Formats: sequence, C-alpha cells, structure tokens
Amino acid sequence: MPIAQADLEAILRDGFPDAQIVVEDLAGDGDHYKARIVSDAFKGLSRVRQHQLVYAALKGRMGGELHALALETAAPA
Amino acid sequence: MSETTAADPIHDFIASAVAEHPVVLFMKGVPEQPQCGFSAVCVQILDHLGADFVGVNVLQSDELRQGIKAFSDWPTIPQLYVKGEFVGGADIVREMFSTGELKGFLEGQGLIH
Repeated sequence: MPIAQADLEAILRDGFPDAQIVVEDLAGDGDHYKARIVSDAFKGLSRVRQHQLVYAALKGRMGGELHALALETAAPA
Repeated sequence: MSETTAADPIHDFIASAVAEHPVVLFMKGVPEQPQCGFSAVCVQILDHLGADFVGVNVLQSDELRQGIKAFSDWPTIPQLYVKGEFVGGADIVREMFSTGELKGFLEGQGLIH
C-alpha cells in the first residue's frame, strides 16, 4: 500500500519539526522514497540511533505500507 | 501470555547466530542468490571487502522475519551484525562502505586484511 509523498513529508515534519527535510520519490510509484533529514535531534547519536528515531516517527509504517525509504540523516554542521 | 517472560526460541536463535559468527547478514534470499536489491547490495559490499560472512535467509520463516525486527528494534531487512553488534541496514552499510568506514571497522576487528 503506497503512501503519498506529501503525506510522508508531513509525517516526517511532525516527528522533526526543526529539521530540513528533502523527500524524493525514487521510482514514481509512491513506494520507493529517499529522505534526507538534517535535525538537531540527531546530534551525538550513532547512525543506527538516528535511523531508529526516524522509524519511530513513522509509527510502524516502515516495512509495512512503506516498502522502501532510503535514509540519510545528519545533525546540522 | 507475555512475550518478555515466555521463552523465545527465535530470539535465542538470533542471539546464538550473532554470537557464533563474527559477521552475520540477515537477508532476503541467500548470498549466492539474494531475493531483494537491498540484500544484494550488502552481499556485494561484503564480498568486495573480502569479509567472510554468514547469510541468514529470513524468508525461510515468518517468525524469523518478524523476530529479527524485534531483536534489533529495526523494521527492515537486510541487517548486518559484526561481533554481536548491530551495525545497520542497507543505507548505513552503503554509507559506511562509501566513506571507507566499513573497511576500517572490519580491519580494526581483525575480520579482513
């Protein structure tokens, strides 16, 4: 079950209100996205913890209605 | 019935797999024939670096497929473990490979030369 790009962006924005968020629809099928998220929330965290925060914000959608979301996370330089 | 108190054979299976083998990739399919592009990329990277690894096919059982997600609190597959530690999924493995970090890490662990 695909998810609209605008909905995905809104969910991520909800989870990371301060962040710079760029979402790309890689395949144009609403099912393969790439998101780059730069947020203070990631400061000092390992990549695994950073991605876990994003998955938590997605509230179980990852691996379910959202099949593929390539993640790039970082704290502001 | 509580999942936290009941004996969990899948959890035990995963725990002993990552304890027994220094490099374990939980993946869809087998290393010789991955059944998902993300798993295939991880296999290619490990092969390229010359790392000996054990591939565990999560498609062999739905309990395992769900169990590995709970084990690492990580919703996707593949998942790479080195010396019992969860290193990351496909994005992290790819990023660590492209920065040279993965090679340095595996060398530091004495797993590639």
